[in-house]
Amino acid sequence: MEKKKCRPVPVIICAVFIALFLILPLVFVITEAFSDGLAGWWANITERYTVKALKLSLLSMVAAVVINTVFGLFAAWALTRYYYRGQRILNTLIDIPLSVSPVIAGLIFILTFGRSSPLYPLLQQLHISVIYAVPGIIIATVFVTLPYVSREIIPVLNAIGTAEEEAAALMGAGGWKIFRKITLPHIKWSLLYGIVLCTARSLGEFGAVSVISGHLRGRTNTLPLHIEILYNEFQYSPAFAVSSLLVILAIILLVIRSVVEHRGGKNEQV
Amino acid sequence: MDKTLLKRKRIIPGFGLSMGVTIAMLSIIVLIPLISIFWKMAELSIGEFFAVIFHRRTLAAFGVSILCSALAALVNLVMGVLLAWVLVRYEFPLKRVMDGLIELPFALPTAIAGIALTSLTVNTGWVGSVFAKLGIDIAYTKFGIIIAMVFVGIPFVVRTVQPVLEKLDGSYEEAAAMLGAGRRTTFLRVVLPEIRPAALTGFGLAFARGLGEYGSVVFIAGNQPYKTEIASLLIMNQLQEYDYAEAAAIALVMLIIAFVVLFVMNVIQSRAARRAS
Repeated sequence: MEKKKCRPVPVIICAVFIALFLILPLVFVITEAFSDGLAGWWANITERYTVKALKLSLLSMVAAVVINTVFGLFAAWALTRYYYRGQRILNTLIDIPLSVSPVIAGLIFILTFGRSSPLYPLLQQLHISVIYAVPGIIIATVFVTLPYVSREIIPVLNAIGTAEEEAAALMGAGGWKIFRKITLPHIKWSLLYGIVLCTARSLGEFGAVSVISGHLRGRTNTLPLHIEILYNEFQYSPAFAVSSLLVILAIILLVIRSVVEHRGGKNEQV
Repeated sequence: MDKTLLKRKRIIPGFGLSMGVTIAMLSIIVLIPLISIFWKMAELSIGEFFAVIFHRRTLAAFGVSILCSALAALVNLVMGVLLAWVLVRYEFPLKRVMDGLIELPFALPTAIAGIALTSLTVNTGWVGSVFAKLGIDIAYTKFGIIIAMVFVGIPFVVRTVQPVLEKLDGSYEEAAAMLGAGRRTTFLRVVLPEIRPAALTGFGLAFARGLGEYGSVVFIAGNQPYKTEIASLLIMNQLQEYDYAEAAAIALVMLIIAFVVLFVMNVIQSRAARRAS
């Protein structure tokens, strides 16, 4: 259908809404972050505890992205390339982390690995601490970002169908070869977007990690938790300086998304 | 025969491996931890469970959570449909930027949204000072909670309605216009019935998201028991006091509400799909 000419009133209402709710907070974070000037900003983000928090955030991000990319590829494959009973249940199970409150996500791991859990004596014997420690933060991050990669790939795999892969299999190609030569070229853009989404979400996770971390400064502090501490100590410009790192990341993410969507759309038409 | 048919469909290799990895991961990361809620709950008798759930403070927290996320989802429903309409039907400068920005609440960490919205809306903030002159407090009231929930919920309605509007054939609207229907009648009688299932789904998703939201709300809410304490914050408080069983009980009720909402959305969607076919 031909695009109608622009009617100004609805567009202006939308623009004002977006400006107030989305753009203003971004502008505010950046303004506050640089309120002490560039040197102050740099001093804030290179402060010792900030760097420690950044390292832990990067560690849990890498773990979540690697685990969820592997899981996402296998899960998407299992859900779209075969027919079997219980397929829909499996699909629903993968999406559960999306509908669970982050606080509950933290709670279930406290209950599973914490002091009241039947697993706790075993973990103690092995000298593994999960709760209030780095493994707990990683596992909570993995839970929260579990569906991100698979959800991006599944619609694409469903759309392209299985004919090409079946033909390749009948001609004797192995699973890895089929995946690399046929499947991967189709899904590469959505896979990339899924990974980027998973990256951003794992760096930004707050609720679940907050429950599980015990707030040990310098030991179990991720960037968002560190921001919370700074903010609650009324250290506003350090809090917003650290925030600005994640805001920049969010903006990069949006740009990549819009590029991926553009490229993906082109690919489908070809 | 059924078996051979199923077997024949599995020409593509890797079934065992991919199913194995999927089910193993789901069990370790999702299923076993979720079951732990029921495990913990078993420590409470039925009487104790209801005592926790129907405690005044719990009911008040659920009231705040449900009221605020419902109102926020309503705002998102109206604005989401309008945004989707504008983005699909109109051409204007910076449209792609606006389209991209819709996704911001997914990309921005909730804690940052929380501190930014709070600092903007306190009585000395950029927005808060304007409202303070009118005698309206935003931060540390239910109004503030709703604003945070509107922020996190924006993308849901837009992203569910947008594809439906894109597929909607303009010829029906043209026909309605030719037959003398005004713009309002055309929208209400022709467009609205088509996008209603998608809009309701978006509403449900935004509602569920608001209900479970923590990071963006905790800063702006003020967290006063009975007034601005939300259910997820109550769980947090109980965890800090090591009342695990009580926390598990409240979590269970929240999970049930979320799943009921999602189930209703699924029913609406599949009904709409059946009607379309």
